[in-house]
Amino acid sequence: MSRIEAVLKNLKSESRKALIPYITAGDPAPDQTVALMHTLVRAGADIIELGVPFSDPMADGPVIQLACERALKHGTSLRQVIAMVREFRETDTDTPVVLMGYLNPMEAMGYEAFADAAADAGVDGVLTVDLPPEEADQVAPLFAERQLDPIFLLAPTTTDERIRAISEHSSGYVYYVSIKGVTGSASINVEEVASKVAHVHELTALPVGVGFGIRDAKTAAAVGRVSDGVIVGSVLVDTIARNQADPEALNQALTDLLHPMREALDSLAQ
Amino acid sequence: MSVKLTEDMLKAFPDARGHFGDFGGRFVSETLMDSLMTLEKEYLRLKEDPEFQAAFDKDLADYVGRPSPLYFAERLTEETGGAQIWLKREDLNHTGAHKVNNTIGQALLASFLGKKRIIAETGAGQHGVATATVCARLGLECHVFMGAEDVQRQSLNVFRMKLLGATVHAVESGTRTLKDAMNDAMRDWVANVDDTFYIIGTVAGPHPYPLLVRDFQSVIGRETRRQALEKTGRLPDALVACVGGGSNAIGMFYPFLSDETVQLYGVEAGGLGIDTGQHAAPLCAGRPGVLHGNRTYLMEDENGQIAGTHSVSAGLDYPGVGPEHAWLKDIGRANYVSVTDDEALDGFRKLTHVEGIMPALETAHAVAYAIKLAATMDKDQMVVINVSGRGDKDIHTIAQLDGIGI
Ligand SMILES: Cc1ncc(COP(=O)(O)O)c(C=O)c1O
Repeated sequence: MSRIEAVLKNLKSESRKALIPYITAGDPAPDQTVALMHTLVRAGADIIELGVPFSDPMADGPVIQLACERALKHGTSLRQVIAMVREFRETDTDTPVVLMGYLNPMEAMGYEAFADAAADAGVDGVLTVDLPPEEADQVAPLFAERQLDPIFLLAPTTTDERIRAISEHSSGYVYYVSIKGVTGSASINVEEVASKVAHVHELTALPVGVGFGIRDAKTAAAVGRVSDGVIVGSVLVDTIARNQADPEALNQALTDLLHPMREALDSLAQ
Repeated sequence: MSVKLTEDMLKAFPDARGHFGDFGGRFVSETLMDSLMTLEKEYLRLKEDPEFQAAFDKDLADYVGRPSPLYFAERLTEETGGAQIWLKREDLNHTGAHKVNNTIGQALLASFLGKKRIIAETGAGQHGVATATVCARLGLECHVFMGAEDVQRQSLNVFRMKLLGATVHAVESGTRTLKDAMNDAMRDWVANVDDTFYIIGTVAGPHPYPLLVRDFQSVIGRETRRQALEKTGRLPDALVACVGGGSNAIGMFYPFLSDETVQLYGVEAGGLGIDTGQHAAPLCAGRPGVLHGNRTYLMEDENGQIAGTHSVSAGLDYPGVGPEHAWLKDIGRANYVSVTDDEALDGFRKLTHVEGIMPALETAHAVAYAIKLAATMDKDQMVVINVSGRGDKDIHTIAQLDGIGI
């Protein structure tokens, strides 16, 4: 059983929901990322989505675009991101880490070299925004051989037929994108998301994480009620941007943001 | 390696997944997949629909002014002292470039699909103008994304778009040029996918765009083939076209792909010189990667980050290239070369002085290379340059380079 599967199974047995924060690796600077990952865990993260910076993040709004620019200013490369995960694993062997990014850095490194290095460093899953399952025939076997969970997106526009097909290519969890839009855009319509996620649950046995538009304890709880986990990105990245000059204030701000979400999610179990 | 392409083989490219060999495909976020699949299905249906094709042909004739002439550049030929140089005059199209062939086709598609809101990216502004033009004519809402740097260097076209009723969004992210405009157009599309049609301006992007843009632009090559046979009784020996994303080049090349005797030359922007790294020549100096929905040759660093590009011409200032060109390069059917900014400027002046035809700076790259090429060929041979656009939009750039304020 993969680390992701184990964590999600365990949470489910306690009727709890996964809190999955996203940060961009190398933002605000590469030497801060591992410490930030530990902060996220202390504040209640069950799984970490670690963004791999890319020069052309087409599915991201301004907040994560700027995070990519900050990270790239420091030359943060995919190899360095993998090294960060290795360092994180020295003291945390429990929290699954999913790399989230775009295909080209992986392609430049070479799929096999990437899969080897990622698995060896303790990466658990890979979410490649611009790689639909139709184009994943080369990477899929490489990931499967190394027990890297391929995590794919589902969108409000995804047809039932595709939801089934995408689920078959996925392991760990599927990531439901709650809105039509880039990261960090409009707030979500909770009722609409609830009915769509309920429908996704009918079509797949995999856990369903929901992301985009979750920015506080209230939206986290509302979405947690209908899903297996919530993914929180832009609001964290924005907090990093605003506190980049002061690591201590940043730690506190991230904790203050995540902790209420953790509590709100856990209160659903009671 | 060079492969003889038969008509039958060509029908297999792209394949059902939009692949040209190792290139092309559909690398986009999930939100767009359904729209792209619908677009593909509808396009493949309309491609065979006589009513759609008749509407397209009628617009090309009566609105664009096609066929565009194939003109013998007698003085340029004499001065060059080699092969006969002929010009395919896409600069005479309504709006002044080949871009309109494609926007007419895609706007028709949008109408057939019932989409009322149009978005487009633009570099030089020619595609933006061509899109704004068809939107004005069809009463469609039009949003054009343009890198902030290009907004500055192509201010004339920005004003034209605004006069035509389009909203121009200056893109401040990344390198503030064409690639960033395309990123923002994609972002807009994801957010407005239900009512919006994205008119991509070149043969790049996710499948089916490289296919449908090529089909719409192929009118250039079909006419050239017919006109060459009518006027000279034979096919040209070489075709030369500039390559940004590659739409005017593929439009010229495609109807000749199975004509083995016709040499194809795509001319990329060599900028300050390939060895300076300051250029926009992915086919000459890049390597395969994935950007903007397709796998193709890209300019990137060793970590897979897309590199900044440089060209004097905004329309060639793009780090990628259409996947069909990547494939034609790898199978050896077409040759891809580059000329520098300075050579292109010489080409601009030459054509202006000896033929009274002022080409776009993009086109000037093809002119510069064709002159070099023709000089090495026999007098009874024939070279056709695709004059993809006229140079009015570049007058400011030229004046600035000459230190003249206008
Ligand atoms: C006149 C002209 N030629 C060529 C190009 C390059 O595009 P493509 O390579 O798609 O023909 C442009 C782009 O703006 C253009 O305006």
